[in-house]
Amino acid sequence: MKLPIYMDYHATTPVDPRVLEAMLPFFTEHFGNAASRNHAFGWAAEQAVEQARRQVADLIGASPKEVIFTSGATESNNLAIRGAAEMYREKGNHVITCVTEHKAVIDTCKRLEKQGGRVTYLPVQKDGRISLDDLRAAITDKTILISIMTANNEIGVLQPIEEIGAIAKEKGILFHTDAVQAVGKVPFDVNRCKADLVSITAHKMYGPKGSGALFVRRRNPRVLLAEQISGGGHERGMRSGTLNVPGIVGLGKAAAICQDEMAAETVRLRGLRDRLNEKLHANLDELYVNGSLEHRLPHSLNVSFAYVEGESLLMGISDVAVSSGSACTSASLEPSYVLKALGAGDDLAHSSIRFGLGRWTTEEEVDYVVDKLTTVVRRLREMSPLYEMVKEGVDLSKMQWVTH
Amino acid sequence: MAYSNKVLEHYEHPRNVGSLPKDDDNVGTGLVGAPECGDVMKLQVKVNPETGVIDDAKFKTFGCGSAIASSSLATEWLKGKTVDEALQIKNTDIVNELSLPPVKIHCSVLAEDAIKAAIADYRKKKDQGVVEGAAATAQPAL
Repeated sequence: MKLPIYMDYHATTPVDPRVLEAMLPFFTEHFGNAASRNHAFGWAAEQAVEQARRQVADLIGASPKEVIFTSGATESNNLAIRGAAEMYREKGNHVITCVTEHKAVIDTCKRLEKQGGRVTYLPVQKDGRISLDDLRAAITDKTILISIMTANNEIGVLQPIEEIGAIAKEKGILFHTDAVQAVGKVPFDVNRCKADLVSITAHKMYGPKGSGALFVRRRNPRVLLAEQISGGGHERGMRSGTLNVPGIVGLGKAAAICQDEMAAETVRLRGLRDRLNEKLHANLDELYVNGSLEHRLPHSLNVSFAYVEGESLLMGISDVAVSSGSACTSASLEPSYVLKALGAGDDLAHSSIRFGLGRWTTEEEVDYVVDKLTTVVRRLREMSPLYEMVKEGVDLSKMQWVTH
Repeated sequence: MAYSNKVLEHYEHPRNVGSLPKDDDNVGTGLVGAPECGDVMKLQVKVNPETGVIDDAKFKTFGCGSAIASSSLATEWLKGKTVDEALQIKNTDIVNELSLPPVKIHCSVLAEDAIKAAIADYRKKKDQGVVEGAAATAQPAL
C-alpha cells in the first residue's frame, strides 16, 4: 500500500491512464483546430471532438447536438444560469435554487440578484434534500429556472431530481442541474429527470481538469441561452473559443469508461464505503453521518466525530487525504455552510470529515484509514474537555459558553 | 496549510493533558471558547497556598492543532510561576513561540483567556475577589 492515501475523490480525481493515452496524440500529432474546415489537421480534430460529443451524450442519454463543451462545471453553471436568465428575461426574473448548492451556482445567483433578478434559496431537510412542497410553494408566474444539484459535493446526498424535473415540466419552467458529482458515478438520464440544462466536468470522472460540458436541450423545449463568452460562434454560438481538443477527447474517453464500468464499480465502491462506515461505528461512539445514507452517492461518506475538531483530526491522519467542514481548514473561520444547512449545529460541522472513495481505493486502504482514525479520535477525545464533560453527565447544550 | 515544527511537536506530544480535582480549594479552573466556534479550552492550575507558586497545570482542548499547541505551551509556562507572574503571559508570547500565522492568533488569545479564567477561579475560591480584567469561565446555565 502506498502512502499518502487519496480519499478525496469529490475534490478531484486522477486522470485514468486510458484517458491520458487517448488525449496524448491531440497535443502533438493531431494538433489541428477543430474549426479549420479546409484541411486534414482540422478534420482530424473535428472528428475527435464529435466522437467525444457522442460519448458524453451517450452517458447522459442525450443527443450529441445537445452537448456544449466548456472549461468545466463552474463555467457550465454560469452559462446555464446567466444564459437562461438573460435569454428569458421577458418571461420572468425569478430563479429557484437551494442553500446547499456549490458556490458556482450560489454566487452566480447572488450576482443575478444584484442585477435585479429574484432568487429563492430553498432550505434543506435534516437529510440534506429539499422538500418538494417547498419547491412548489416557491414557484411564481415569474419563475423561469429551477437549479438544483443532482448530488452534493460535501455530503454526497442525491436530490429528488426526477420529481423536481416533473414539477418544472408541469409548470413550464426550465430545470438546470449541476450533476458534476453524479454523472459517471450513478445512472443519469436527461430524459428521466426531464432536465433542460446539465453541468458536467471531466476531472471528477477521471478526465483532465479544465474540460467540461453543458447539456442544452434542443427539443421539448428547445432551450436557448445568451452566450456569456462572445467570439467565433463555436458550440452553436453558445460558447465561443477554440475547442480544447485534448481536453474534450479526455472528457469523452472518461465518459465512455464510466459508462462501461459504472455497474460493477458502483457495487464495489458501495461495499467499501459501507465497510468504512460500519467499521468506524463499531470502533467509536458518537459518530454522526451527515445527510441521508439512503439517497447518497455510493462512494461518498461524511461523518462528524463529536467532541473532536476537524482540523486537529486531519493533522492526526496526515498520510490520508480527506477534507473537513471545519472552519479551521478554510480561511473564512466559518464552518461548512452545507453542514450548517442540515441544522445539526455548528459544533458537528466543525467535527466533520468527508471521505470520497474512487477507482483506485482498495479495501486495505479503507482498513488503514479506519485504524488510523480510531486511534486519533480516541487520543483527541482523551484531550477533549467536551468529551470529558459529556461523560460526567453535563448537557453541553445547556452551558453558557464564554466566547471571544 | 503548513504547521510550524513547534505546533506539530506540541500536537504530537502535548504536555500536561488531563484534569485536576476542580473542587480542590487550591485548584483554579478556566473553561473558555464555545463548541460552535470550533474551540474550547479547559485549563487548570494548582497553586501552593504558602508560596503562591503554580505547582501543577493541566489542560484539555477541543480545537485545531494550533489551539492544542497554545494550551499545551501555556501549561508548560505556568508551572513554577507565581500567580502574578502567570498573569503576565500574553497571547503574543504564544504567537511568537509557536510561529502562529495570522488566522491562528485567536488560538493564542483563547489560551491567554484560559489562564486568566483559571487564576480568577482560584482567587475567587481564596476570597481575594475577582482579578481586574479577568476572563470569565463557562458555567452551566441555571
